[in-house]
Amino acid sequence: MSSEALTSSEYIKHHLEHLTWGHLPDGGWGIAHSAEQAKQMGFWSFTVDTVLMSFLLGVVFLFIFKKAAAAATAGVPSGLVNFAEWSVEFVEDSVKGSFSGKNTMIAPLALTVFFWIYLMNWMDLIPVDYVPYLAKAMGVPFFKVVPTTDPNATFGMSIGVFILVLYYSVKIKGLGGFIGELTLQPFGKFGLPANLFLEGVNLISKPISLALRLFGNMYAGEMIFILIALLPFWIQWSLSLPWAIFHILIVTLQAFIFMTLTIVYLDMAHQEHH
Amino acid sequence: MNINATLLGQTIMFVMFVWFCMKYIWPPITNAMGERAKKIADGLAAGERGKNELELATKRSVEILHDAKHKAAEIIAQAESRAGQIIDEAKTGAKQESERILTGAKAEIDQEVYRAREALRDQVAALAVAGAEKILRAEVNAAKHAELLKTIQAEL
Repeated sequence: MSSEALTSSEYIKHHLEHLTWGHLPDGGWGIAHSAEQAKQMGFWSFTVDTVLMSFLLGVVFLFIFKKAAAAATAGVPSGLVNFAEWSVEFVEDSVKGSFSGKNTMIAPLALTVFFWIYLMNWMDLIPVDYVPYLAKAMGVPFFKVVPTTDPNATFGMSIGVFILVLYYSVKIKGLGGFIGELTLQPFGKFGLPANLFLEGVNLISKPISLALRLFGNMYAGEMIFILIALLPFWIQWSLSLPWAIFHILIVTLQAFIFMTLTIVYLDMAHQEHH
Repeated sequence: MNINATLLGQTIMFVMFVWFCMKYIWPPITNAMGERAKKIADGLAAGERGKNELELATKRSVEILHDAKHKAAEIIAQAESRAGQIIDEAKTGAKQESERILTGAKAEIDQEVYRAREALRDQVAALAVAGAEKILRAEVNAAKHAELLKTIQAEL
């Protein structure tokens, strides 16, 4: 809800601004207090809220599953172990469905990707005003609670996946095989520049589409929550409730899509011919 | 919404989380699941085996029962034949015994008859002598005619 002191556009801008820590113009290191300041910090700065929330949620995921792993025995499983095993089975089925190679890293990777993104996306369902106002009360100028609305987070993950794609492409096909794949198809060796261009775009588009799809969905979702919050408080529920319910689907779907595409891209990296 | 060094931090975090999951979370859970699957499979196999064993045992027990019946019948038949044999033996024994007793009795009777006949012969001889004595009185001397008397005796 907009207060008298803020215009609608200021309100939206405030809610979309990350808490950035970096090199200030006056020489020291500190928190940026405005969007311009954050922009001026350049590359060597950190969005503290993203790092904090994603780390926290990643640790929550690992903690819960580590607890389940410690309790997992061949005996009758308890509730938490049951849930963990169900998740593991669900991921394993997904991997079996789309990954034809043999690599023990893929399934744990997919599990981590899914639950980490899932938890980060869930932060979108926290009412949009709660966290920024709480932060303001504690003297923190900005705080965006959904890490997946920060392209740094989504690109961070997709670059991780991209590095793995490159690593396994070279490992499985050999450097020559990988370069051959990039240059010798689809037009044969005489169409080399065209091949390189097409395959290059194909390769580069993988991490970009992976990151932007997730970022775009979550950013748009959050944007709509913020816009709904501009309405008078007594009518907000009529839009925010349906959107939140619909958003539960998006939250799950985006995590699932990211996981599935990660598996598919790594499967492509493992295939000799495609 | 600026791209900054958070990107690197997020990539490192991503790699660390995946590594942790791969090292400490995935193996125990999948191992436990695999072990449980094996345990269940073993249990089912054991159940199946138990069922088979029960079937075999039932079959064997029927066989044993059949054998036992057969053997019992055999023993009864043997016992019967043995009983028959014993009875036969007893019969023959009794017959032999009775025959022996009979022959003994007969021999005794024969002996008795012989003895009686001898006694009778003596008595008849004496009677004859006494009759002759009475008839001949003085003329007849017992010592003189002893030889004669003996021949008569033998003829008798």
